[in-house]
Parts: sequence; structure tokens; C-alpha cells
Amino acid sequence: MTLHDFRPIRSDIGGRLRRRRVVEAAGRGVITIAGWAAILLLAAIAAFLGLNALQALRRVGLWSMVAGNSWYPTSDPAAFGFLPAEGGSLWVSMVALMFCVPLGVTTALFISEFAGRRLKEIAKSVVELMAAVPSVVLGLIGIALLVQPIKRLFNLPTGLTALTAGLMVGLMCLPTIVSIAEDAMHAVPSDLRHGSYALGNTRWQTAYKVVLPSASSGIFAAVMLGMGRAIGETMVVLMLAGNSGLVPSSPFESARTLTGTMAGEMGEVVFGGMHYSVLFAMGLLLFGATFIINLAADVLLERQRKRWRR
Amino acid sequence: MTARPTSRRVRAARMAEMAARVVSGGAAAICLAAVVFVVGYIFVRGFGSISVDFLTDIPRKQMTAGGIRPAILGTVLLTALTAALAVPIGVAAGVYLSEYAPRSIATRAIRLAIANMAGVPSIVYGLFGLALFVLLVGLGKSALAGAATLACLTLPVIITATEEALRQIPADLRHASLALGATRLRTVGRVVLPAAAPGIVTGSILGIARAAGETAPIMFTAVVFFGPEPGSLLDPVMALPYHLFIMATQAVKPAPTMVWGTAFVLVFGVAALNMLVATWRSRRRRRVKW
Repeated sequence: MTLHDFRPIRSDIGGRLRRRRVVEAAGRGVITIAGWAAILLLAAIAAFLGLNALQALRRVGLWSMVAGNSWYPTSDPAAFGFLPAEGGSLWVSMVALMFCVPLGVTTALFISEFAGRRLKEIAKSVVELMAAVPSVVLGLIGIALLVQPIKRLFNLPTGLTALTAGLMVGLMCLPTIVSIAEDAMHAVPSDLRHGSYALGNTRWQTAYKVVLPSASSGIFAAVMLGMGRAIGETMVVLMLAGNSGLVPSSPFESARTLTGTMAGEMGEVVFGGMHYSVLFAMGLLLFGATFIINLAADVLLERQRKRWRR
Repeated sequence: MTARPTSRRVRAARMAEMAARVVSGGAAAICLAAVVFVVGYIFVRGFGSISVDFLTDIPRKQMTAGGIRPAILGTVLLTALTAALAVPIGVAAGVYLSEYAPRSIATRAIRLAIANMAGVPSIVYGLFGLALFVLLVGLGKSALAGAATLACLTLPVIITATEEALRQIPADLRHASLALGATRLRTVGRVVLPAAAPGIVTGSILGIARAAGETAPIMFTAVVFFGPEPGSLLDPVMALPYHLFIMATQAVKPAPTMVWGTAFVLVFGVAALNMLVATWRSRRRRRVKW
């Protein structure tokens, strides 16, 4: 073996290094692009909704849709007012929040402050289980168990009302609210609790004087996210709210929601037609509303995170 | 004589403590009872309908008899495709956020976008999928278009799960690998990702399982009420959630055993998948320690 023989090997090492660098750069590029996927997708969703809603925005106009109070999309002349759907969405989510916020936050408080370790684990995983039940199944349960009792209890012409849908939607929001509110309370440093106990406070006094105020922004974020879920829930309201065309004046009336309208009618429209475009405008409105709600929740959660980061 | 007012206050505090425990414990009990009731109700009403015929036959006599095989196969196909599309992108994005992303405003914006995506209503994904995959790309109403839509919906869950799992891996492991001369990519591929695999898989399955139960995103992008079994990815398919929706809402009510049996398969099929992964994960966890 002469010294000569090493040369090709050495240059091969250079080649391997170079190749490795290329692979490294390529991998990094792919990963970076994937990293930006969320932003790209979110932008794409807004763009495609906007693009398809353009026709409706131009010909019908944003204001006459958002503030129009009759929805007769297939009549001639057609009326594309969103108020019946907006009113329905509002009632459904109000009913849902009125029952799931108090219940959810109190449950979170129990899990975080009063429950022992084993009970805590069990309770958390049972509540999580609820999130795994598909909404169409909850709709089915609502049809089977809620519609007739509500009709009879309130003496209504139909059991398919905003109230019926709201109760089931509330059940759907429960896991969101419980787990985020519990996280917020859990994030309060235990030093604070121990300080409070040392001053002679009971658990409950500690909970409402120390833990709840310290976790307030997180709890508020939980409520916001619950609201976002309630407004966006589709199948339960499509199956239970009754889909009436009138602006509902109370939760005891049949109602249509934004989500239910889109889901119920998109299957029957001519693609590219005006009704189609109006439904996309509705989607854009819903997207905008949930975007703002989620953004607000995120700001609140970030504030909470900053507060307890050492 | 200061003892008296103090003891009254102590007594009041004790009462309040008791009341708080009872009230919050009661709320928790109501929540748990509601969940147990929902799951139990589906079990009780659906269990009786499950038979080999029900799982392997096609629907007959306008859903009054027969089984749900095409819907099961359709959902399995949709779910597998969704995973195939969403997991690579989601895991790569999670790796970016945990291993590569600088601390910058751009990274903060990405995180914001992910959190926001998780809150976009599923019906909005349905409209997006219809406009992009079905009409613009031209996939038509097909399993592929539906899976692409579901993949968008699942992406934030997978990204968050991956990032979370990667953060649990101690920095020492990365340093050791880098010190041995491995490149960053190799460190991620050979050391960090395998160590984080249980967390990533669990989180991803949770997200994909949720996608399996979604109806709104596939309504206009993938499903038909009654059709043959999928022959190609460009055919529309039947799917359990949509099948259930139509059976529950159409004017001619099908046999209750068909409806509740379908609900049973949907809910407990997903639950079985979750349980399987949870067992695998806890077994792996016992093996890997640092």
C-alpha cells in the first residue's frame, strides 16, 4: 500500500461530507416549509372562502346579508338575509354556555383544588372521553332522549328548538372548558397555595382568594374557546335545532344556525351559483368570528403563561 | 373574651369549606355522570345489534336490514388516508417548532395560526375542501378529497402533540448525539424522534380518531349515502358518521337496531383504537427511561 492509495478515499470523504450537507439543507428546507404549513393553510382557507364569496359580496352586498332578516334562498326573487341564522347561532350558543360554563368551571375547580390524585386522574380521563364522542352521535342521542321531553315539558309545537340543540352543544363544549380551565388552575404555582394555607386559609378560601384570581385569564380563555366550539358546532344543531326560516325570538323556538344552514344547503346548490356563493360568504363570516374569538383566547392564555413563567 | 367571635368565624369558614366541596364535587359528579351516561347509553342500545352479519353485510331493504360493511370500509379508508396525509406534514411541522424554529415573531405567528386552526369550525373546513380539493383541484367527490379535508382539520392536533412530545426529550440526548458527530437532521431522525415516538403516536391517533367521527367536513367532499365499496381513491365512499346522520334524520325511519348499531361501531371502534395505543404507549414507557 502506498500513500497514493489513500487519495481517492480522502476525496470520497469530502464527497460524503458534501452530500451530507446537501441532505441536511434539503431536510431543513422541507421541515421549515412544513413548519409554515399552518399559516399557509389558514391563509388559504381565508382566501378560498373569500374568493368563492366574492360574487355574493358584489351582487348582494355584505350589509344586506349580515343584517337582512329573511332567508329565502330558493324563492324568486331570493332573499339572502343572515339574521335568522345569526339569531339561531346566538341562542344555541347562549343556552350552551349558560349551562356548561358554570358546570365546567366548577368541575375544573374541584379537579384542581379538592380532588385527590387518583380521583383527579380518573375525572380528567372521563371528561376527555366526552371529546371522543362524535357530534353526530350526540345529535342522535338528542333526538332519542331530548326532543320529546322538551316538547312536552314546555308545551311546544315541536321539540326541535334552539334550547334542545343548545343543551347538547353544551355537553360538547364541556371537555374543552373543563380541561383548559383546569390547566389554568393547575398552572398557578403551589407556593401561592401553600402561602395561603400557612396564613390559616381553608382550601375554599385559598381557591377563591388566590387560585381563581390568579387563573382568571386562563379561565376566561376556556370560556372563549368553549364559545368558539359552540358557534362552530354543526351536526348537533343541524339535527336538533329545527332549521326554521324565521328569526327566533326565544330559545323555545325552532331555529337555524350559520353552521346548520351551510351544512344543510350546500348539498343542494348549483356550484358557482349565487346561493353557493352566499353560503361561502356565511362561511367567511363564521370563520372571521371564530378567528377573533380564538385570537382573543390565545392572547389571554399567553398573558397567563407570562404571568407564571419564572 | 375574644374566643367567641373567632370560633364563629372558624365555624363559618368550615361551613363554607363544606359547601364548596359539596357544590364543586356535585358539579364534577354531574359532568362525569353525563359522560358515563352518554357512552353507556350507546353501549346498551347498540350492543344487541352487533353481529357478524351486521358488520359484514351490505345495507338491504332501504336500511331496514342487512349490515354496514361499506360504511365501515369507507371510514377506515378515509381515516387511513387522512393519517397518511397529515402525519408526515404534522410531524415535520412539530419538529420545526421544537428543533429548528428561532425565537422570533414569525414563530409566534405560526403558533398562533396552529391554535387558531384548531378552533376553526369543521363545516368551514368542509367548504374549504369543497372549493379547493373537489372543485379547483378537480378530485371530485372522492375519498381522496375528503381525506385531504380531514387532514387539514387534524394537522394542528398532530403538530401540537409532536412538539409537546419532543419537548419532553432531555437536551442531553441531543447533545450526546451531536458530540458524536451526527448532523442535526440525523440527531432528530435517529435519536429524538424515536425517543418521542410514543407521545407522537398517541397524540396523532387521538386527532385522527376525532377526524374519523367528523361528518361536516366530508359531507360535500367525500360521502354518498348509498354506494358500492370504494374501488379507487377517486370514488366517493360511504362513511359511518354520515350514514348515521342520514339514518337519524330521514323521514322514513330505519330500524332502530341499524341506527344504534352504527353508533356503537363508530364510538367503540374509535375507543378501541385509542385504548390499543394507550396500552402500547404505557408498555413502551416502562421500557424507555432516562
